[in-house]
Amino acid sequence: MSTPNAPPLIQLSDVDKYYGDYHALRSVTLDIEQGEFFSLLGPSGCGKTTLLRTIAGFEDASSGVLMLGGENMKGVPANKRPTNMVFQSYAIFPHLNVFENVAFGLRKKGLSATEKDTKVRDALAMVGLDGYGDRAAHALSGGQRQRVALARALVLQPKVLLLDEPLSALDKKMREQMQTELRRLQRQVGITFILVTHDQEEALIMSDRIAVMFEGEIAQVAAPQTLYRRPASQKIANFIGVMNFMPATATPAGGVVNVDIAGLGIATLDADQCPGGVPNGAAHVGIRPEMMSLLFYGETSTASVAQGVIEEQSYYGDMTYYDVRLEGVSDPVTLSMKNIVGRPVLERGEAARVSWDPRALVLFGN
Amino acid sequence: MKGLRIYALAYLLFLYAPILLLPLFAFNNSTIIAFPLSGFTFGWFVELWETPALHAAVKNSLLIAVATAVFSTLLGICAARAGAKYEFPLKRPILGLIMVPLVLPEIIVGVSLLIVVVQLLDWQLSTWTIVAAHTLICTPFSIAILNGAFQNVDTSLEEAALDLGETPLSTFRLITLPLVMPGVISSLLISFTISLDEFIIAFFLTGSDPTMPVYIWGLLRFPQKLPAVMALGTLLVLLSIILLSIAEYFRRRGVRRAGLKDTGGFL
Repeated sequence: MSTPNAPPLIQLSDVDKYYGDYHALRSVTLDIEQGEFFSLLGPSGCGKTTLLRTIAGFEDASSGVLMLGGENMKGVPANKRPTNMVFQSYAIFPHLNVFENVAFGLRKKGLSATEKDTKVRDALAMVGLDGYGDRAAHALSGGQRQRVALARALVLQPKVLLLDEPLSALDKKMREQMQTELRRLQRQVGITFILVTHDQEEALIMSDRIAVMFEGEIAQVAAPQTLYRRPASQKIANFIGVMNFMPATATPAGGVVNVDIAGLGIATLDADQCPGGVPNGAAHVGIRPEMMSLLFYGETSTASVAQGVIEEQSYYGDMTYYDVRLEGVSDPVTLSMKNIVGRPVLERGEAARVSWDPRALVLFGN
Repeated sequence: MKGLRIYALAYLLFLYAPILLLPLFAFNNSTIIAFPLSGFTFGWFVELWETPALHAAVKNSLLIAVATAVFSTLLGICAARAGAKYEFPLKRPILGLIMVPLVLPEIIVGVSLLIVVVQLLDWQLSTWTIVAAHTLICTPFSIAILNGAFQNVDTSLEEAALDLGETPLSTFRLITLPLVMPGVISSLLISFTISLDEFIIAFFLTGSDPTMPVYIWGLLRFPQKLPAVMALGTLLVLLSIILLSIAEYFRRRGVRRAGLKDTGGFL
């Protein structure tokens, strides 16, 4: 990890990118530290891949400064940058075998044949492909191609490894396995990884920090837990997981905010529950489904409680999702309950009592 | 369905029956090209072997065909690469114009080239004027073949090579060229074949050294030479079939390597 006060490995300031009239990156300012697993997360077309390709040197920023390891990257082509990339399609050279693919980048390093051999072997061992050197490229499975692409990039010991949606072509099981493996690999080599993904779960699982991007702009940069618990806007909250929103009126009072939630009464929130800034007046409060729960039989709660009726129920096996219409609240709220032993699954139309801890609420300005 | 099958068979017969007559009379022991056949002989092939003028014509044709194949393929590589990789103003009209010789009547090309070479440039007609003309008509074929090859190359492969430290030039040599090589070989063979067979333009532009088709045309004036022409024709048909098969083999291998579905080709 980074030494204290060391300058960030990558510094982007006010980077803009235009394709003709299309504004692909809008004054992106971002620091990425040495040794971080950093993710660029956003829906397709949000500019995350453009940003990655700009760092790699495949695209030139229209304006702004990109510093990499303290050096300005303006005019430095991809082959001269201390970055290596794992492409979405893996880009395994089809006419070379696995060994030749991994050794490709070492060609110009002036190594002896034995040194090269050792390096390639080590890289293949690192990604779990011992003894695959002689395999032809077309004889590899999707997961193996991805490992070759990783080995090919890591063998050069770049300062930054760029990964462009590397897991999107794999099936679910393989993807989950590779997520863990990539994380382990990153800790092992200590190289900065920048991952582009549209899969919020993947970003949450793997990253030290995540930058959420919408329409060419960075909306929020935060650690996974902060991002999930304290999203800076309703849009971010909706993109990462599910959140219920209820209209409310906010009145700042000293260090706290008094919130009058329509139909549910008054709650007092801390300033840190307003990650997008403390609003004054009309606002929305948000709460995640798993932060609310149903009260069964005589259960009581010290937290807030409201009465309602089950409007919709979806049984997922491990969880049950309910849409509950609360008295006095216009839209039904979604909540989830773990299906543990002895806990009944309520049906549509049944009465329900819902409780939540006001500390789970997030306040957004309108 | 049955009607279609008969139609298809009749069509194939119409196409290939005349060509089948070539070897038939090439081995027929008679100077007269007519049925009934009078006996089997290798004599006409021996006569070919013993005609020095023919050897000169064949050598001349081979030289022209090889040079044409190389030039048109080089030009084709440049055009196909530019078309596949870059956007530039008037790209479509320019690429369209390059393909026009494909549909231009060869007699027009022949006459106009003769005027340009002899009247305007005041050059001597030679083997090289024919090479230039053949390159003109073969380049569109090369481009058509190589376009496919270059478009099948995944851009991310070239980017990956750049990313791994290669320059644009070494990327082309190490990645792009090996991947389009089947297309290159295919283009070389097809332009070679076209040039070898081409008569009209060669007829207009031949100086003192005739090409093989022009020489054959000259032989037609002597009826007793006809069976030898048949023998020569047989050899040419064989050569064409072999070369086109090799070209197709490499084209298909290229498609396979790129991991794509075959969408047709020459054969």
